Amino acid sequence: MAQVSIKIDGRPVTVEEGSWILDAATSLGIEIPTLCYFKYIKPYAACRLCVVEVWDKRGRSRVVTSCNYPASDGIEVLTHTPRVVSARRMNLEMLMSRCAPLPVLDELARKIGVTTPRWGTGTDTCVLCGLCVRVCDEIVGAQALGFASRGISRTVTTPFEVEAEACILCGACAAVCPTGHICMEEAGGREIVHSEIVLGPNAAITVPSRQAVPNVPHIDPETCVHFRTGGCQVCAAVCPKECINHDDVEREEEIEVGTVVLATGFRDLDPSPLKQYGYGRLANVLTSMEFERMNNAAGSTNGKVVMTNGQEPRSIAILHCIGSRDENSHPYCSRVCCMYALKFAHLVKEKTSAEVYQLYIDLRAFGKGYEEFYQRILTEGVNIIRGKGAEVVSAQPGDPAGKLLVRFEDTLAGRFRELTVDMVVLCTALEANGDAKETGRRFGVSVGADGFYIERHPKLGPVSTPTDGVFIAGACQGPKDIPDAVAQGAATAALAMSLMVRGEVEMDAACAVVDEERCSGCRMCNDLCPYNAISYLEEKKVSTVNPALCKACGTCVAGCPSGNIRALHFTDEQIYAELEGILQ
Amino acid sequence: MSFEPRLVGFLCNWCSYTGADLAGTSRMKYPGNLRVIRVMCSGRVDPNFILEAFSRGADGVLVCGCHPGDCHYAEGNYKCLRRLALVRRLVQDMGIDPRRVRLEWVSASEGARFTGVVTEFTEEIRALGPLRLQEWHFDHAAADAQLVHE
Repeated sequence: MAQVSIKIDGRPVTVEEGSWILDAATSLGIEIPTLCYFKYIKPYAACRLCVVEVWDKRGRSRVVTSCNYPASDGIEVLTHTPRVVSARRMNLEMLMSRCAPLPVLDELARKIGVTTPRWGTGTDTCVLCGLCVRVCDEIVGAQALGFASRGISRTVTTPFEVEAEACILCGACAAVCPTGHICMEEAGGREIVHSEIVLGPNAAITVPSRQAVPNVPHIDPETCVHFRTGGCQVCAAVCPKECINHDDVEREEEIEVGTVVLATGFRDLDPSPLKQYGYGRLANVLTSMEFERMNNAAGSTNGKVVMTNGQEPRSIAILHCIGSRDENSHPYCSRVCCMYALKFAHLVKEKTSAEVYQLYIDLRAFGKGYEEFYQRILTEGVNIIRGKGAEVVSAQPGDPAGKLLVRFEDTLAGRFRELTVDMVVLCTALEANGDAKETGRRFGVSVGADGFYIERHPKLGPVSTPTDGVFIAGACQGPKDIPDAVAQGAATAALAMSLMVRGEVEMDAACAVVDEERCSGCRMCNDLCPYNAISYLEEKKVSTVNPALCKACGTCVAGCPSGNIRALHFTDEQIYAELEGILQ
Repeated sequence: MSFEPRLVGFLCNWCSYTGADLAGTSRMKYPGNLRVIRVMCSGRVDPNFILEAFSRGADGVLVCGCHPGDCHYAEGNYKCLRRLALVRRLVQDMGIDPRRVRLEWVSASEGARFTGVVTEFTEEIRALGPLRLQEWHFDHAAADAQLVHE
């Protein structure tokens, strides 16, 4: 497209020939009022508030709508002449005479200088700008809305004024409607706000959370209009870096690597099967993870500790060891709960005036600075009671959101006690991921009775596994706090690097050898080898073992019918000698 | 004096030997009758080893490998499973109770299972009594006579 020079209010600007004057004016920062303009759809000139005066090269002037007047070389545009202002006032007054008093019209009236509309005000809330109709057609591609009737009866409606089957409930019409004539109802518990730039918590493009890694927005294909109609793609048009690619698809990639670090982490125990704690039934019984999110400034309550009714709790019981150190669930200690429970107490004391009760079996403040933190919590007026919470029930039967009754045995006082509190936090166990065993099997790492990966040696090989080149780090090896997980992560990185830097792998001298002098060439061993390390030499009519492929399991040694495969380790002679020794 | 069976165990390096090690480091108790020989894989257990053990005076032989699907060498334990089925028939033909040869899967984390297996096997062999293979005398003359008779 050719570039043309135009002047707007005396300021020269170079734009593409045929582009709209309104865009050029906006780029210069000149404000032109409009109701029916939306950058990503075709201009429509319905509201006629964007009128400007255009002088052509021959000295003739016209009042035109700037939103759909193309720029051509040498024209001069004036946006605030008395002629323009008078036309705008007239158009706005006519709109106002049709419509009920609307905030958006009042705002425009203030800007343009209309004090009392000459022809009074009407009752309609639709300004007939057609944004909804055009967005639905051009962007969404659903064509669920249209105009009906003419003249003063003209309305926006669905075809035949019945519920449109074509509507996909995207909410784009409501988002662009300048007056609020179209609005979204809570449908299916999820209101969809879909508009340019302003991305609400329910928008199709969101950053999952403020701490998300990587911290970039992602598109939810369930709600994104493009994936339902093939239209829209406004986000791609807005993005200045052209980062958005709607055609990208999920794909599997194969990467060849020399070392693998398993850092698959843990999962939080779901306390709902432990019916005695009422989780899921009683509204103010939370898991520690939910309470942690609540305390987070970026969380659901912006960091405020509140009950479901929105009020601050006056008492909170924190129950330790839910699902851990429990014969009926996990026998092991989850290691991190004592300290985060103390942290919770500290946070609650800082933010609210609530009473805090800690119900513990044993307090394990084992790390650097932990005991000191525990001592500090003791001075903050937290009630620390030795005794595991046995049961949480509603203190007001029939009201699951009401006060809660916690029953436990105070093992220091030696008697059963009850506490009435507003909120209960369950410190749930850290458990192994459900698919840890399957993942481990792929890498030759076995899981222990607790479901976590077993290291090669508890003291001398804490991050190594029986499979060379495969390491484990973090909570997949066992419940672990952040410093320990970081230390393990660094250790695995160093071990992996030391393998990779060397560039070559040392292999065990252990392997099987065929005595070619005596091999009959029966080829029985060829199929026995799970690594295809044994091949048959046609010219010599014997089998041979490739030492680079041999993993030294010895299956072929035991399988050779003539006993002519020898293991270089665990030889037959050694084993017979062992037998002789132990059976003397 | 009660009979103390002499048992030989062939344990695979990756699962069962580690499991036995775990039983030890966890201070679990099991009868001392089993003498363990480590092999890299249960697939390494040559049937001759088992026969040799009996001929040298063992009352029972226990072979332990990884659980099916968990073999460090992919499928050595399946090879072992096949061979042990044949060994059992072979020893039966020889007049040895096939219960004296046992195959069990013990993983690296199953220290408790290992002690259970050893205890159970020891009790079973104790109930079966001593094998006394070295005291057996094969009556060649009687066998020949029977052949002629047939």
